[in-house]
Amino acid sequence: MNEPISFFSGFGPKDLWFLAQAAWQTLLISALSISTGTLLGVFFGWILSESKIVGAITLGLILDAFRSIPLIIQLVLFYNLFNVLGLAISPFWAGVVILAVYTSALVANVARGGIEAVGAPMRRAGRSLGLSYVQTMQHVVWPIGLRAVFPSWVGVALGVLKDSALVSVLGHPELLKVARDLITRTQQPLLVLAVAGAFYFALSYPISRYAAHLERKWQS
Amino acid sequence: MIEIKGLHKYFGDLHVLKGIDLTVKKGEVLSIIGASGSGKSTLLYCINGLEAIQQGEVLVDGVSVHAKGTNLNQLRTKMGMVFQQFNSFPHLTALENVALAPKIVKGKSKAEAKEIARAQLQHVGLGDKFDSYPSALSGGQQQRLAIARALAMEPSYMLFDEATSALDPELVGEVLDTMRLLAEEGMTMICVTHEMGFARDVSDRVAFFHQGIMEEIGPPKQIFSEPKSEHTAKFLANVR
Repeated sequence: MNEPISFFSGFGPKDLWFLAQAAWQTLLISALSISTGTLLGVFFGWILSESKIVGAITLGLILDAFRSIPLIIQLVLFYNLFNVLGLAISPFWAGVVILAVYTSALVANVARGGIEAVGAPMRRAGRSLGLSYVQTMQHVVWPIGLRAVFPSWVGVALGVLKDSALVSVLGHPELLKVARDLITRTQQPLLVLAVAGAFYFALSYPISRYAAHLERKWQS
Repeated sequence: MIEIKGLHKYFGDLHVLKGIDLTVKKGEVLSIIGASGSGKSTLLYCINGLEAIQQGEVLVDGVSVHAKGTNLNQLRTKMGMVFQQFNSFPHLTALENVALAPKIVKGKSKAEAKEIARAQLQHVGLGDKFDSYPSALSGGQQQRLAIARALAMEPSYMLFDEATSALDPELVGEVLDTMRLLAEEGMTMICVTHEMGFARDVSDRVAFFHQGIMEEIGPPKQIFSEPKSEHTAKFLANVR
């Protein structure tokens, strides 16, 4: 993106390559934030399910804040906060960190739902066989809960993938940022946005197909 | 041997078990009868350490269930438990349901665990259901699966908590037959039950619980034909 750009030239094959690189950035940001956010979120969800009152008052409140404040505000706020605090952090990593926290807030509730979907009788059945608490969680509660809330988790993941577009406000050349730059240059908004949209679709579609495949497999 | 000495159990202010003394010897089949809320099921949960107790002691083969330092997970492998709700693990096949605990808790190899599971499923008459998921089994089959799952740990004792109460009437028989089979094989059993026929025909002793107290205990013949307590007589008159 550093090479000189001639103003108002049409959309060319090279631009497609720019968008592909930007899509790769979107994929990186999303994959990093969704995976770490999910791990964090499952941990938070477990805390919420285990310590109902204390968890709801403390952690629950914090997570609610992250869920209810628009992501774009969180991004701008925290990115600037990082800079004010003198933490040199690139827009990329700022985006990843904030998206991960945002994802964890969404996943925490999904995970709690999954854990609570497996009732006390089922846990007692596990414990009565001699399974420890951790073994019961690992072999009984978690697999059953996962199947119950997997569709919700896929919804969260796809949502975060699309929301990663908001990282463009920090100036990182991900898909939407590059698309906007290209629109400015080419003056072909419909074409550029259509191509960018196609890239988002290409990223999301395999995830939803794979999820549907898993769900079918689990139902049989 | 299971020994219960002066057992008291509270749920908050509710005094659920009011000083239970009971000994169940190896090979004995004990049925516990009584109205809902009389503390029968709670007693089983206390024996298995699934519920804490406030006073008294439960000894299983001389080991105190509620003492600090007792390895409960290990002790529980001696006591198979079957619940009213079958609680079969829905994400596992029948074979995997039964093989899980031997593999995880006893550290058996996958092949060994499956071998045990096959034998136990055949034992309870589910030899043709190895690869079925619980959702494809009837209530009676699921309950027999739960029995096989408990038996796979080679327990010395089996605790049945109203094992037939959640079943459609036509499915009760197959589960009771399986329980009878175990009794005939010499398994030590404590059965909380509403099946008076089973209590009368299969048990060595029958205990009647009333409002957290074990009102009387004795051979089924005596309990059913000459109950000493008026509560027992009243209860039996109502369920007949």
